[in-house]
Amino acid sequence: MSNVFIVVDFSGDKVSKTTAQLATVAARIGDVTAIILSASGKGDALASSLVGPISNVVVVESNDFAQFGVAASADGLGQLVLERKPVALLVASHAFGKEIAGRVAVICESGIITDAIDVASDLVATQVIFGGSTTVHSKVTEGCAIITLRPNSIEAKLDSATPIIEKVSLTINESAKKAIINSTQPPIKGGRPELTEASVVVSGGRGTNGDFSAVEAFADSLGAAVGASRAATDAGWYPHSHQVGQTGKTVSPQLYVACGISGAIQHRAGMQTSKTIVVINKDPEAPIFELADFGVVGDLFAVLPKATEGIIARKS
Amino acid sequence: MGNSVLLPSKGHSNLGDMKIAVCVKQVPDSWAEKKMVDGVLDRVNVDAVLNELDEYAIEEALRIVEAHGGNQEGGAHSVTLISMGPARATEAIRKALSMGANNAILITDPALAGSDALLTSKVLAKVISDGGFDLVFCGTESTDARMSVIPAMISARLGWAQLTFAGSVEVDPSSSKVSITRVTDTGVDSMSAQFPAVVGVIEKINEPRYPSFKGIMSAKKKSIESRDLASLGISAQKPWSQVIDATTRPARQAGIKIVDDGSASEKLVNFLAEKKLI
Repeated sequence: MSNVFIVVDFSGDKVSKTTAQLATVAARIGDVTAIILSASGKGDALASSLVGPISNVVVVESNDFAQFGVAASADGLGQLVLERKPVALLVASHAFGKEIAGRVAVICESGIITDAIDVASDLVATQVIFGGSTTVHSKVTEGCAIITLRPNSIEAKLDSATPIIEKVSLTINESAKKAIINSTQPPIKGGRPELTEASVVVSGGRGTNGDFSAVEAFADSLGAAVGASRAATDAGWYPHSHQVGQTGKTVSPQLYVACGISGAIQHRAGMQTSKTIVVINKDPEAPIFELADFGVVGDLFAVLPKATEGIIARKS
Repeated sequence: MGNSVLLPSKGHSNLGDMKIAVCVKQVPDSWAEKKMVDGVLDRVNVDAVLNELDEYAIEEALRIVEAHGGNQEGGAHSVTLISMGPARATEAIRKALSMGANNAILITDPALAGSDALLTSKVLAKVISDGGFDLVFCGTESTDARMSVIPAMISARLGWAQLTFAGSVEVDPSSSKVSITRVTDTGVDSMSAQFPAVVGVIEKINEPRYPSFKGIMSAKKKSIESRDLASLGISAQKPWSQVIDATTRPARQAGIKIVDDGSASEKLVNFLAEKKLI
């Protein structure tokens, strides 16, 4: 059976749930080898917390990964791909994952597909492009099929894994050590999930008039991430890092709640593939209603607080 | 391994004088409806603009040279735009020149139509290595393909430092050092490198300037050097991934729409509960 690599996605000591999603997709293609690129002494703990259909784990420990970032990780991964020749390499589709995938594509002279929402057993990748308006099926035709998979696109199999763990030591090439990471600060988290990983996203737009308190409270009642339209981030009402849309983040959660957002193409491009969409907007003509599974024509400041109470009451 | 793919770089500029390249792309207007024709994006029948995210890269390059003596008459530094695309891409390049870049190189060749990120990065890296640049600035992604892999690929091909997702950039020309803060979902990294380096910037880094009237007039006289694949010594290569089909997704069916009469909150909560979303 063919061998498929996945890159274990983790933050600190915690393996992200994206990793099991990568494993689930990869297992359709062949035997899954999970690659851990970690700091010295950290690999075993990460390996033991893996779940999903994983048969083998390769642990590469090096302090170069933390010191030299993307280039060093890609260099190590590229060496493994060149040596073991997997048919495919699946990586999480975020800044770090896409950059690693890009560098490995160059190193291994392989084709690359980014932002897949699914990959079939015959390596055909599905992407949704142009703001959710077009579905594309494509396939890598040269080398190892390097594919980045969007978090939360598929349901993960959470079988407990009992893989064979192998430690490999590699020497990172000097050409991958040109940029140095001097210090790292973890992201400032308000206890809310990451926008691109969240299964529920509540976003505010122009209709908030700069007051995100009702949006945030509603988001917290649902355990949701908070997003914002470009109008809201450009006005300085919410950080740019929370912008959902063509020039911001693309999200595809189980539930997307758009509050006071009119729904320009710019915004729709970033949320159109959400499974269920709820819209709250004062303007009955707002184009975002075209996407709504449940639309409320009304004032978000009247609707959200009561809905927040209702959800909290139901949970207790 | 790895090193075998590295391109040799020509000698870099004199100490203290910075030669900066900015990669720019003409893309379909991000507000326009886009279509696929025969597996590639239809670029002909759509309004085309300078990739919005590249404006931040141009602005940052200009700010850096301006903070160290400038790139205009008498200034020691230069900012060169590098673009790959059809002849029509000169429209977007003129706009970028009108912001204040000195000159531009457009790689245009029928064999490049529909090329993938691998060939694009190979072409850009070759022009960069031939040009003896100290720094290359890029936007984070193009608003059409949205892969955000080109800066990393160029860096890998050249063996230059990769300083991407920069929310701020500082350059010290006298010591040939560039420092950034890398801002991503996983945190904020403080990074640095010696020249040469590939710098990718995110959109919150600055507020791109509007071209001045003087800038627009002078851009008309600036040089756009045209290059083809043969002049770069690169042979055409088919994309290493292939589109099997592209279909327009059925429009979403609008569902329930109610006007709030005071009971909308309750109905919303019931809807979420029915869908098992609470």
